[in-house]
Amino acid sequence: MQSEVQFAGFGGQGIMLMGQILAQAAMDQGFEVVWIPSYGPEMRGGTAYCTVVISDRPIGSPIIRNPQHLVAMNRPSLEKFAPTVKAGGVIFINSSIIPIGSGRGDVDELCVPIIEIAKELGNTKVANIVALAAFGTRSRIVEFDILREAVRSKFADKEKLIPLNLQALEEGRKAALAS
Amino acid sequence: MGKTFARPEALAETITHYCPGCTHGVAHRLVAEVIDELGIRGRTVGIAPVGCAVLCYNYFTFDFQESAHGRAPAMATGIKRVRPDLIVFTYQGDGDLASIGMGEIVHAANRGEKFTTIFINNAVYGMTGGQMAPTTMPDQRTTTSPFGRKAAEVGMPIRVAEMLATLQTPAYISRQSVIKPKYITKARKAIQKAFTYQMENRCFSLVELVSTCPTNWGMTPVDAVKWAEEKMLPYYPLGEFKTPA
Amino acid sequence: MGKVLMKGNEAIGEAAIRAGCLNYFAYPITPQSEVAEYLSRRMPEVGGVFLQGESEVAVSYMIFGAAACGARVFTTSSSPGISLMGEGISYIAAAQCPAVFVNIMRGGPGLGGILPSQADYLQATKGGGHGDYKLLVMAPASVQEAVEMVMQAFPLSEKYRNPVMVLGDGLIGQMMEPVEFPEHLRTEPSNKDEWATNGMDTRRSNQRNLVKTLYLVPEELNAHNLMLKAKYEQMEREEVRFDTYNLDGDYQVLLVSYGTMSRVCRTAIDNLKAQGLEVGMVRPQHVFPFPHKAVYEAAARESCRSVLCVEMCMGQMLEDVERSVAGRRPTSWYGKCGGEVPTPEEVMQAVKSLSLKS
Repeated sequence: MQSEVQFAGFGGQGIMLMGQILAQAAMDQGFEVVWIPSYGPEMRGGTAYCTVVISDRPIGSPIIRNPQHLVAMNRPSLEKFAPTVKAGGVIFINSSIIPIGSGRGDVDELCVPIIEIAKELGNTKVANIVALAAFGTRSRIVEFDILREAVRSKFADKEKLIPLNLQALEEGRKAALAS
Repeated sequence: MGKTFARPEALAETITHYCPGCTHGVAHRLVAEVIDELGIRGRTVGIAPVGCAVLCYNYFTFDFQESAHGRAPAMATGIKRVRPDLIVFTYQGDGDLASIGMGEIVHAANRGEKFTTIFINNAVYGMTGGQMAPTTMPDQRTTTSPFGRKAAEVGMPIRVAEMLATLQTPAYISRQSVIKPKYITKARKAIQKAFTYQMENRCFSLVELVSTCPTNWGMTPVDAVKWAEEKMLPYYPLGEFKTPA
Repeated sequence: MGKVLMKGNEAIGEAAIRAGCLNYFAYPITPQSEVAEYLSRRMPEVGGVFLQGESEVAVSYMIFGAAACGARVFTTSSSPGISLMGEGISYIAAAQCPAVFVNIMRGGPGLGGILPSQADYLQATKGGGHGDYKLLVMAPASVQEAVEMVMQAFPLSEKYRNPVMVLGDGLIGQMMEPVEFPEHLRTEPSNKDEWATNGMDTRRSNQRNLVKTLYLVPEELNAHNLMLKAKYEQMEREEVRFDTYNLDGDYQVLLVSYGTMSRVCRTAIDNLKAQGLEVGMVRPQHVFPFPHKAVYEAAARESCRSVLCVEMCMGQMLEDVERSVAGRRPTSWYGKCGGEVPTPEEVMQAVKSLSLKS
């Protein structure tokens, strides 16, 4: 079994970090993983995206044109990548700033107003963690407890940020279960 | 009466390949004397340039590396960074240091690399056959400036010591000459200071030596000394341009 | 330290430290600047040397100077930077100094692009700088393999007193994968007293050492080149390394591919198998020395109808593949450039378009 997740949005939305935490969790759960960023000039303020490939076998091609799932953090990403997602996958939509849907009838669409949720937690910077939790809950690629541990270890050297991020994780999960 | 003039231990017993009247031999001897005096032969590594002095390792009796054109300061950097206990010097001519290797010498000096550079300025490319150097004097004829160096076309000669002395990083920068005994005594003193500063791990040090090249200048050794004194020394004044605080 | 998720570039930096190399000089260039960024923090922690040089040219001579005085030393760069280092690499090979160069390839020629490429194959395997010399060239296909190859590169460079290059495409540097740093690959630097300019006092000798590359007497230079040649021939005897995939059955097509590209080929081979077409692969892990014999034998298998070399460039390794196959089977090339990485589907299409009549 192999699944691929594309994370996409503006530079500064924490796209790379979301992918890295998912990859870490998948590795901790015993899967083979590859995380691939977009890199270069487009990182500086433009679009940013990364792909995470998770498999129970050694991963062949790390280059994915048609991912299983998409986490779209802004409208251009949704418009660009929604058509590439495989049927049956999850398309996560940051509905705080994306007023449209994916237009796909063959996928599981999940819309969460992550910025409002993060604002209520007191810091919009954790919107990506809300999104990651919501997507993780819906896609069930990794166990939630392992995802939580991955968040904890990612912020190990910024310990005072851990409680906020764990809270964001919980809120994201709730939002996914409620929708 | 004991022996008053002997070959320094750091200097090899060999027949010179340099031309008659060439001052490389004097510079080599000064370096060897200083190394003996400081007792550092066993931990010194020299770096030879490309140019007439590429074979200078044949005249010394301690470890030597041979560099590519102009890159000696980068090699010296590599050595000093991984072996700060070694004493390292580069021996470079004007084509090597002031033309193709200008980037390397400026950055090494500016980083304050703790090695010493002996810079031979004889206003011409030697080994390649007398072509124009960055330090060639105005109107000086060379094989690539047959009508004389024209400042309007190729600029004025570069004063390396003054230029490097503008860098803010502490350094010892001195210009001396080896064309006459009265200059040689001071040159020896400067070389000794340069190596001492390195041993004290204080700074980058460079001694520029105004030299002659009778062969490529097309002069007798005597005329060459006269020409250097009359033409070069006014443009390349001797003295210390920078001393560490 | 167990398995950790690491970006290729950072893992490469860490691997060098784990191998026992604490000296690094470099100049930033995309897509491998993270090696320098990582080591600028990490080297001080382990008491090592980190220096950002003023240019790749200068860096190659910092490597030369440090290697010549006996230190374990390495640098990393990417295609245009490696071109600039070509000058120093030629000197280092000529002077027989061990050193490790990592090239995380990007698209060329010229400034090219910053995305992954394999367009420096010929530069890496046939010389690159001036004069008759070769590098031992290792080509990893995963971050784990990059780690292991970097760690193995140091003792290999010392065994042959020759520069070793680790040749990875941009993806090897940029992707994150789980890695482990095998403790058994940590090695002690060899004793270099016989030739290194490490100071006579250091080796308690009164005999000076000289590291040079100038041989003005033709007979001497010829002898020097013959001696270098003998070393490269020894590498060809002792250092051929390759991996195979699906070579047990009756494959009709043989792929030859290396690095990240070979992983795409692996997926294509799996997919084609599901469709009933058997395809095998030889993946050179060392691209110099090239596994000529393995490619020849795999191509000569009775079931094999065609050989396809797949590269992220315009057909450079193809020259070695053609030399190996020696006309025994039709041999062709498929690939893309400029950061375009062929997909498994495109490789499958390329395989299907081959004429497979016997």
